[in-house]
Amino acid sequence: MLSWWLPEDVSSYGKDIDFLFHLIYYITGATFVLVAAAMIAFLVLYRHKEGRRATYTHGNTTLEIVWTVVPTLILVVLTFLSVPTWARIKMQMPKTDLTVQVNAKQFNWIVTYPGPDGKFGTEDDKTFDNEIHVPVGKPVKLILKSQDVIHSLYMPNLRFKQDAVPGREIPAWFDATKPGKYEIPCAELCGFGHSGMRGWLFVHTPEDYQKWVKQQWP
Amino acid sequence: MSHPIAATATGHGAHHELGFVRTYIFSTDHKMIARQFLFLGLFMMVIGGLLAMLIRWQLAWPETPVPGLGWLLRETEGVIPPETYNMLFTMHATLMIFFVIMPILAGAFGNFCIPLMIGARDMAFPRLNMLSFWTGAVAGVLMLAGFFVPGGHAAAGWTSYAPLSAVPTYTGTNWGQNLWCISLIVLAASSMMGAINYITTVINMRAPGMTLFRMPLVVWSLFITAILLLLALPVLTSAAAMLLFDRTLGTHWFLPAGGGEPLLWQHLFWFFGHPEVYILILPAMGMASEILPVFARKPIFGYRAMVYSMLAICFLSWIVYGHHMFVSGMDPRVGIAFTLTTMVIAVPSAIKTFNWLGTLWGGSILFTTPMLNALAFVGMFVIGGLSGIFMASTPVDIFIQDTYFIVAHIHYVVFGGSIFGAFAAIYYWFPKMFGRMMNEPLGKLHFWTTFITYNVAFFPMHILGVGGMMRRIYNPVQYEFLQHLQWWNVLITYGAFALGLAQIFFVINFFWSLFAGKRAPANPWNATTLEWTAPSPPPHLNWGDRIPTVYHGPYEYSVPGMSEDFAPQTRPLPSGAAARH
Repeated sequence: MLSWWLPEDVSSYGKDIDFLFHLIYYITGATFVLVAAAMIAFLVLYRHKEGRRATYTHGNTTLEIVWTVVPTLILVVLTFLSVPTWARIKMQMPKTDLTVQVNAKQFNWIVTYPGPDGKFGTEDDKTFDNEIHVPVGKPVKLILKSQDVIHSLYMPNLRFKQDAVPGREIPAWFDATKPGKYEIPCAELCGFGHSGMRGWLFVHTPEDYQKWVKQQWP
Repeated sequence: MSHPIAATATGHGAHHELGFVRTYIFSTDHKMIARQFLFLGLFMMVIGGLLAMLIRWQLAWPETPVPGLGWLLRETEGVIPPETYNMLFTMHATLMIFFVIMPILAGAFGNFCIPLMIGARDMAFPRLNMLSFWTGAVAGVLMLAGFFVPGGHAAAGWTSYAPLSAVPTYTGTNWGQNLWCISLIVLAASSMMGAINYITTVINMRAPGMTLFRMPLVVWSLFITAILLLLALPVLTSAAAMLLFDRTLGTHWFLPAGGGEPLLWQHLFWFFGHPEVYILILPAMGMASEILPVFARKPIFGYRAMVYSMLAICFLSWIVYGHHMFVSGMDPRVGIAFTLTTMVIAVPSAIKTFNWLGTLWGGSILFTTPMLNALAFVGMFVIGGLSGIFMASTPVDIFIQDTYFIVAHIHYVVFGGSIFGAFAAIYYWFPKMFGRMMNEPLGKLHFWTTFITYNVAFFPMHILGVGGMMRRIYNPVQYEFLQHLQWWNVLITYGAFALGLAQIFFVINFFWSLFAGKRAPANPWNATTLEWTAPSPPPHLNWGDRIPTVYHGPYEYSVPGMSEDFAPQTRPLPSGAAARH
């Protein structure tokens, strides 16, 4: 039961990803059980016995067509089920009130908030090391950058992963559904300090978030 | 069909003895070159395997001294430092992929099987063949040399993503990564020579009557592999050269500061890399297709479907590579196209699996060591194939990309698939290759211990991946969300150590049989294909005065109306038999 091991999902689109995970899990699991059962049955039933000869056949065209068409249909359907979720997560950007820049470097996440004016590059910008603070239930836009090598911002509980590539600004978003403190490991090998390059995502209740904002920008 | 090349080949060396050097070292005989590739691959497998043991030690008991390694890691008193750990997994994968599986499957068995199974006296270009091996050996020396240079060997992963790999200060490795590039460029030249040779030989040097659709499936698989090698390796060569230039000559192919593009490396690498995956698995598919009919005493089910599905893989493998890059920053619209092609490439593999099952159905199955390994290949490949479907679905891939799920998947395909295929092939063709039988009980002991410990070592990696554990991390217990999974890492490590120890049975069997095994008859397995009509081991130029003539397809087992249960390709079928092909 692989799915028992999934980390707790606290994102708005996580359940769509987990749905597809489970769907594929059951389809592939059933396929494996059927194939393995058939194989073991054949190995037992058709083991060598004195006096019995193997069936002489070169194949069966009907069977070939069936076992070509059926997997093709299943896989094409899986493709089309995957597209809407993918499009929602990676191709659409919901309206957000909060945009945060994450600039990765060996071996830190440098997190920049635009401050009350909502603009980056102004005096009220504020930068944090390895900490992202967001309000619960609000979509948050991230702009991912890197100063050196490729890193990958990974939030297992939010089913979020996006590489940060030097020379690019990659937009991404998430919407956390439960307050708490969640780990942000780097998922792309980035050098000797890759392991341990880690930040924390603080998902606050609306009140706590306001309190945090007041503390940072009094 | 005329055979001008075969005729001239008869002329060279039929009448004079070759000296030691020309027989064993600079040999142009395809069978000797095959053995050389086999020994190269097995030697590298020992090194690659030992690197894996160190990786597993670190993951199970992070930052504790490795017993007995204090003399090597003096500064840390036996603890593996993170930069060394990165080197270990980089070189484990590099050696296993480029210097174990490719030399054994394509190098050794490509050389051994193709001429013998199509009825040729040697490869089309025997000297090029010799050059191919020795170029490969030079690449091996260059690759191993990287372990001894200051700064250590390459440590940017076997995928060597730029810019990490492109600037020495990012990893601290200097000549290690350079040698990695140079060695792969040299190795690619070796593989190109082999590929040209295989393709030319298959097209031009088949025996009379050996039409394309009478070729054994392993020859088909090696032929298609050679086509993939020929088209894929130049891309790797170019990419490795560009990386080397970025590192040493100040170019900026992959460095944004000078106008370069980091993702260009990934496009080039995976455009090579995905066909490469099929280069690693296709020969093993061919071997399973070869061995299952022999020991099921039954024709292969759906011969043409097997050929067409391999051709489909050959074509589709070029248009799926983007699935390695779903979260790389590549335009997400492109990801949708790659999802569809990736889903579709599972179909030919499914067709092959069902046909293998069809071959077993109604058979008269003998559980010899080669058969057990071929059956394990089918079972493990099914798991590896099915787990690939998770990654094909872009939303699921967001979560499992760069986790241990990927590590599990690749090991089910490349160990469960390619290595069990390689073991099956070694046990099956050893009598022909060395003229002696391998020991069956010891072979079975090796198989069962390997099969069980393999699954203990690799299946739980799926669970770690689903739990979110990243690949290539040095210390999983640094992360709070991974702590409850740590006992799986310990279990995997015990499995991996046992798997390593189980290979001692193979080493003993291999070398003992080499010198003291029972003498092999010409056709110990009662098989139908042409190599079994030559003596074991076949002499120089394989057959005596006459090359065999082929009358029918390669898998005529249990033909009705015949007293024996196999009909060699050189013997016409009785007129009543419903022969195909």
